[in-house]
Amino acid sequence: MAGLATTFGSGAMTNSINELDHAQVVLVSGSNTTEAHPQVARRIYGCVDRGAKLIVIDPRRTKIARYADLHLQLRPGTDIPLLNGIMRSIIDENLVDDLFIEMRTENFFAMRDMLLQIDLDQVAATTNVSKCMIRQAARIYAQAQRSVICYCLGVTQHICGTSNVQSYANLAMLTGHVEQEFTGVDPLRGQNNVQGACDMAALPNVLPGYQSLDDPGVRNKFKQSWGVELPKTQGVTLLDMTHGGSVWSEGFEQLPEPIRAMYIMGENPMLSDPGIKHVEATLRDLDFLVVADIFLTETAVLADVVFPAASFAEKIGTVTNSERRVQLMNQAITPVGNSRTDDKIIAGIASRFGYDMEYESSAEIMEEICLLTPLYGGMYHDRLKGSWGLQWPCSDRTHDGTQYLHKYSFTRGRGRFEPGDHVEPAEPLSEEYPFLLITGRAYHHYHTGTMTRRSHTLVREHDRPYIDMHPEDGKRLGLQRGDMVQVDSRRGTCNFTVKLTDQMAPGELYCDFHFHEAPVNTLTISCSDPVARCPEFKICAVKAEKVAL
Amino acid sequence: MRDVLSVCTYCGCGCGLYLHVENNQVVGASPSRNHPVSRNNLCVKGWHVHEFIHSPDRLSDPLVRKDGRLVPVSWNEALDVAAAGLKGVKERYGPDRIGVLSSAKCSNEENYILQKFTRAVLGTNNIDHCARL
Ligand code: SF4
Repeated sequence: MAGLATTFGSGAMTNSINELDHAQVVLVSGSNTTEAHPQVARRIYGCVDRGAKLIVIDPRRTKIARYADLHLQLRPGTDIPLLNGIMRSIIDENLVDDLFIEMRTENFFAMRDMLLQIDLDQVAATTNVSKCMIRQAARIYAQAQRSVICYCLGVTQHICGTSNVQSYANLAMLTGHVEQEFTGVDPLRGQNNVQGACDMAALPNVLPGYQSLDDPGVRNKFKQSWGVELPKTQGVTLLDMTHGGSVWSEGFEQLPEPIRAMYIMGENPMLSDPGIKHVEATLRDLDFLVVADIFLTETAVLADVVFPAASFAEKIGTVTNSERRVQLMNQAITPVGNSRTDDKIIAGIASRFGYDMEYESSAEIMEEICLLTPLYGGMYHDRLKGSWGLQWPCSDRTHDGTQYLHKYSFTRGRGRFEPGDHVEPAEPLSEEYPFLLITGRAYHHYHTGTMTRRSHTLVREHDRPYIDMHPEDGKRLGLQRGDMVQVDSRRGTCNFTVKLTDQMAPGELYCDFHFHEAPVNTLTISCSDPVARCPEFKICAVKAEKVAL
Repeated sequence: MRDVLSVCTYCGCGCGLYLHVENNQVVGASPSRNHPVSRNNLCVKGWHVHEFIHSPDRLSDPLVRKDGRLVPVSWNEALDVAAAGLKGVKERYGPDRIGVLSSAKCSNEENYILQKFTRAVLGTNNIDHCARL
């Protein structure tokens, strides 16, 4: 979440989920909230029932879009011009929060100069959203006291993902819609502990709690505790590992020293990463691969060593949800079969390197985290036990946690406006590949389906890969509901069962990536945002044909 | 039957739920009434969160590749092979030729331990996870 971090100094949800109950305007973008974040959707429907206004920005007419007062059905990949258009209207109508900008932000003049050059007619042409709707959205959002922005991977998974996110942050700062209860910018996290994995520094460029790798004081603190000098150079990102290696893919810089061995814990890049063929070639070419997982995933079958891991019900530990709430999971059963928790597996390897990582319990691990990480300073298990968890920042044992961020100042001091320019999607449509394919997730499944697809109830609800298509396109291709279609991109082929629905705009297709029978990521591009390294999953150019039976 | 308070593992909302346990088997799940996010409500994924736990496909024993095939071995053997393999690459090419992927499905403690292992034992900052995916 590099975008929000450069603007505000922190990349997490600024509000709590329950604050949505009291919002007056909710702007939802790139999030099929009803399916991907049901509890957030429930709050949004509730506040709409009580009279709040709902604006949805999404190329698809999703369920939540049907409830919207205003649905801006933009051309995929044109978020930045659309937001610039909205901000321009806000300036034109004098709805800017001058006091907030003056007191709390920097770089506003660059932003204003950029906005003043924007031509709304041009914006309407680029985005396919009418000028009148853009103006309306600007008024609704800016005039309310308590406006909240929620966005999801539809915003970040683009070649310009970082700028997309910054544009939403710009919009919130322009109107002073941050720093208070019930109003802010809220990225919704896909997987259950994405927030925690970031907080714990499963990241190549920071130490736990986003502490700097370069700060001598911080480095010294960790050295004292861990008893070793920390490596200095920044690490490489996931996509560089899987695409910049010895089998290198176009659009990526090849690492001068490609990765030769990998340890993969509970991930399945063979299904979740873009450009699967490259990932497979890279993993096969490694000298050594270790995978720890609860199932024999597509990635695990390529490994030299596979460790059986325990599931969430078989361990004590904490997870951090989208609203920064650190919660304790209790152990329900002993590990299934001969499986072990991941910390025990890692400790076993560490001891063979002559390094002691045995802890008595995960509570003891958390104590070490508390001591080294100011953000988590008060997250002791005994405190979490009798409560519903605590929201970071929580500095020490007496701190009650933080409901919303940036109260008196931004984490980075002043919020910084970052003007953003439109970047065309990496792969334009052509005569041969006339359809735009959008990918996402479905209600009944989770990520690569390793868990949900072994749940018979969820499989009954949604048992095979579907593709959504506008009825007109269906008619042109001679398709009826339930027919099989073959979808090709420049990189691969997948077969789907077709669903004809006016959720889609003509010329656009949608599918989810939970099924290994239709590995959607053989179709997608592995081009990525230069800053956040978030792949452009959401859109690529494809062609579609009926499969003769 | 015992009820154990846990957190749903299927999305970033983080609903609080009770796992119903009988004879060391999780047989059901239901929402926590007072939890600030779930408020006595779960989506369909939460209600069925227990179903994968006892799937017959669960891995039970460590596997090591021998003559091209993955075969079950003891924990000691698997840990020996894993440590030797990682050590070999580290010694031959240096620590920065090893990459580690952590998981947004594992706990904070496990993530912390894996990044500590990566930085303190392997000696590289090459660690990332699938937040971007
Ligand atoms: S019950 Fe549904 S909304 Fe709640 S955490 Fe689980 S998947 Fe998310």
